[in-house]
Amino acid sequence: MDNKFNITVRGCDLYYGNFQALKNVNIDIEENEITALIGPSGCGKSTFIKSLNRMNDLIEDCRINGEILIGDQNIYDKSMDINLLRKNVGMVFQKPNPFPMSIYDNVAFAPRTFGIKKKSELDKIVERSLKQAGLWGEVRDRLRGKAMGLSGGQQQRLCIARALAADPKILLMDEPTSALDPISTGKIEELMSDLKSDYTIVIVTHNMQQATRISDKTAFFLLGEIIEYGKTESVFSNPKDKRTENYITGRFG
Amino acid sequence: MSTRARYEKELKGIIDSLVLMCRHIEVAIEKCVKALVERDFDLAKEVFEIDNVIDKMERDIEQSCLKILMMEQPVASDFREVSAVLKMITDLERIGDQARDIAEITTQFGDEEYIKKVVHIPQMAIIVIQMVKDGIQSYINRDIELARSLDRTDDKVDELFNIVMNDLIALIKKNPENAEQAVMFIMIDKYLERIGDHAVNIGEWVEYAITGEHPKN
Repeated sequence: MDNKFNITVRGCDLYYGNFQALKNVNIDIEENEITALIGPSGCGKSTFIKSLNRMNDLIEDCRINGEILIGDQNIYDKSMDINLLRKNVGMVFQKPNPFPMSIYDNVAFAPRTFGIKKKSELDKIVERSLKQAGLWGEVRDRLRGKAMGLSGGQQQRLCIARALAADPKILLMDEPTSALDPISTGKIEELMSDLKSDYTIVIVTHNMQQATRISDKTAFFLLGEIIEYGKTESVFSNPKDKRTENYITGRFG
Repeated sequence: MSTRARYEKELKGIIDSLVLMCRHIEVAIEKCVKALVERDFDLAKEVFEIDNVIDKMERDIEQSCLKILMMEQPVASDFREVSAVLKMITDLERIGDQARDIAEITTQFGDEEYIKKVVHIPQMAIIVIQMVKDGIQSYINRDIELARSLDRTDDKVDELFNIVMNDLIALIKKNPENAEQAVMFIMIDKYLERIGDHAVNIGEWVEYAITGEHPKN
């Protein structure tokens, strides 16, 4: 992979067995922007976001056609190094999922996997990642404490720190705040805005206000298709497609 | 079926109030000009009362709009509908003030005979009343053609404004003693001309509500 981390998707179809979950998806996701994916449950947003780091490979019966490029590299090429892909494309899930180990070991997990053993170096990465995730001040005195002992919002920021420790270039977030209270949500939204100058961020959200608050572009998915994609402000003030309008105004169906 | 029943009920309440506010404004313009023509001070004073009602309605509708924005957080056309109302009521309230100003001047003429026949001013009033009505009607019916037509109708108001002003300038030139009344008539002339401009503003916000683009942007 070179050093361009924009995402280009062309004619992407994805099937789970006979069920077509994505239909001819075409989208250009820019670097240093937050792109929000919205749409009703089952519309393909999560399937799409998972296809960006080939997490669908793990699902039996899943087939994908078309092209997904990061920079100039087609990530479904046989030549693609999947470990490198996953290192470059980090993911944060809806439910905080810290490993049942210490805070420190959670964050050091990825760098250790990549072979970093030197304590001083790991210390640096852990501190930097926790600082980036806005958690350092709250946990610096208990890095050896259990990750599971943190609050939900702290756990989610820990998961973000863990993802950042792998030094990714793209961050995928699948409803990262839907299980959090407004304060924790606010912290993570602020964090995303801080991070976007260094990353390409794609977020799935069911919260329309969250999409308008933080994202630069919004894509509306429906039944596996992208119905509308554009600047968030114009999608939410003047959507071009009636189906987008009906969905975002809560008049669906 | 709509899943936004509460929102739609609240918006309907706002629109009903808007229509009522518009009705009060029509009456205010009608009465202030009638009071001028017929030199009816009691009628002029009625306009003050109507203006108080209009001011109160503006505040109430404003509160309802702010509440709906906060509680329902509307987006897309819902957002545009509510924000257009918020802007339109400011223009409507100003129109109410101008009707009041005309009524106030009317009471200041005293018993002196008018320096001229009041012919064009009632004509202007008829046109601007229709413009205000059309503005609100175009909002209710999502009628973009009607909303856009207000700009053209306003040209007629401007034409009458100039006729009245030129008449008055001539009267001042003819006899400087006419100046006092002439200035009062010019103010009335200007207030009616401004009412036309406010109606045009209303039409522009209707266009924004329908298309998402304000024509001045």
